[in-house]
Amino acid sequence: MATTVEQTTAPAHADEPIVPLRHPGRWVAAVVLAVLVAMFVSFLLTTPQLRLDLVVGYLFERSVLRGLLTTIELTVVAMLVGVALGTVLAIMRLSDNPLLRIVAATYVAVFRGTPILVQLLFWFFLGTVLPNISLGVPFGPELFSVSTNTVISQFAAAILGLGLNEAAYMAEIVRAGIGSVDRGQVEAAHALGMGPALTYRRVILPQAARVIVPPTANEVISMLKLTSLALVIGLPELTTTVQLIYGRNFQQIPLLIVASIWYLVLTTVLTVIQARIERRMSRGVLSSPVRRTRFSFGGR
Amino acid sequence: MTSPSTTTHAAPVMEPLMVEAVGVRKHFGDNEVLKGIDLAVRPGEVVSLLGPSGSGKSTFLRCINHLESIDGGEISVNGHLVGYRRAGGKKYELKPREIATARRDVGMVFQRFNLFPHLTALENVMEAPVFVKGVARTEARQTATDLLARVGLADKPAAYPAQLSGGQQQRVAIARALAMQPRLMLFDEPTSALDPELVGEVLDVMKGLAADGMTMIVVTHEMGFAREVCDRVVFMDGGVIVEAGPPSDVFTNPQHPRTRSFLSKVI
Repeated sequence: MATTVEQTTAPAHADEPIVPLRHPGRWVAAVVLAVLVAMFVSFLLTTPQLRLDLVVGYLFERSVLRGLLTTIELTVVAMLVGVALGTVLAIMRLSDNPLLRIVAATYVAVFRGTPILVQLLFWFFLGTVLPNISLGVPFGPELFSVSTNTVISQFAAAILGLGLNEAAYMAEIVRAGIGSVDRGQVEAAHALGMGPALTYRRVILPQAARVIVPPTANEVISMLKLTSLALVIGLPELTTTVQLIYGRNFQQIPLLIVASIWYLVLTTVLTVIQARIERRMSRGVLSSPVRRTRFSFGGR
Repeated sequence: MTSPSTTTHAAPVMEPLMVEAVGVRKHFGDNEVLKGIDLAVRPGEVVSLLGPSGSGKSTFLRCINHLESIDGGEISVNGHLVGYRRAGGKKYELKPREIATARRDVGMVFQRFNLFPHLTALENVMEAPVFVKGVARTEARQTATDLLARVGLADKPAAYPAQLSGGQQQRVAIARALAMQPRLMLFDEPTSALDPELVGEVLDVMKGLAADGMTMIVVTHEMGFAREVCDRVVFMDGGVIVEAGPPSDVFTNPQHPRTRSFLSKVI
């Protein structure tokens, strides 16, 4: 039976049903994906060398959990240092005082311009060139002195390396956020009698936060993984801990899977938190309805 | 002769002036935008600044609360020098915090409203009393609620600026400025960014303010408002005041050819 194609409108056809566009490509993709998943599952189940029993056994092992805790501590403290110092650097960078601007710009240049691995080692080995940290008049008498190696522990070196490096990146993020706030907002705040500090606290930073938070959440996730670099200074965080274990039992892959699972768990939690904060911060902006990802095959 | 806000031009000798500008000069780079402005505004007076764009009227208005610094002459508001402290025959520039304190007496309404988008209408109005003056929250909330009612927005305290029309936003902005109990209100083209049908609601609020005796300086293109509400209109062109006087004189019998040509285009 031949169908006739009619392109003209006619009152008689006005009530004809509409057939939605079909998506055959999705079916093809689904089949390909199903085959790949099946291959992966069969690899997992039929490869005894993977030692999934060891993965399960070490996942909640005490030293692994201790390493995990250290990783979380490192992430939190380094980010706090980074955000606080980064905000100060951003405000310095935007200051009217040319000296402050130069200091902030130099800081960012130095800490962004050298590898973080080098910075970590630098702080760790600082004691070799500077045995004592002392406070006093330059070229004059010392008022206070302490041995560098007692102040800069592994943890402190890691915080310095990760936090000071992070501050340089956060400074740029905060600066972009502050720059995104309309100039008229500052004028309105000033016209209401707000001083510079109050204007920053009540008007600029809350609005800049909307621009600052999403990249900062990315920085947190990135920091979580960067803490694994503390391996080079022997700080027993998650990666160092599993390395110590597979150094003894030679089960590298099962233990690296253990570490990966924990990193994935943490980044997933952080991603959920990030989405929540962003939703809260969009107050006052006519929000586009949250788009939920739906997966449907063509037609029904 | 001290009957308020009706008779105008020659200011009575003994009455303290709300605004006194003497020889105000301002340049942006090589471009001199104010070439010696003299203006005296008495308490309760409503003055509109008219003139073609680029005539310097908005810049002059912004100099009155030191959003722009001036390069010559001086301005005082309510007997206080704006932006400087006079001592020993010199003018010392004030610190940002001192300038901020001085601005509390001067309310300003902007062309683009500049409401704080992260705060509700009520919070916008409460913000400065609470954080600048240290007024208790409950008291500030009551005052803000009253002010929103006064500008006809009693039903919108919880709305964010983005949920309000331009006219409503501008009325919140007026309420926000009034919350600091200013003695002088500056309006910088308050209706220029509004859809035509929303202009009236903002002008009505401003008329009410004028009737209550607020001292107002209004940069505007609303000739009807200038003619009907203002005690005095000041016509500026090329960074100078070309002509000033009661609207009845300036509008019906402009003396200067530039005033005449401007009015013939806008009316």
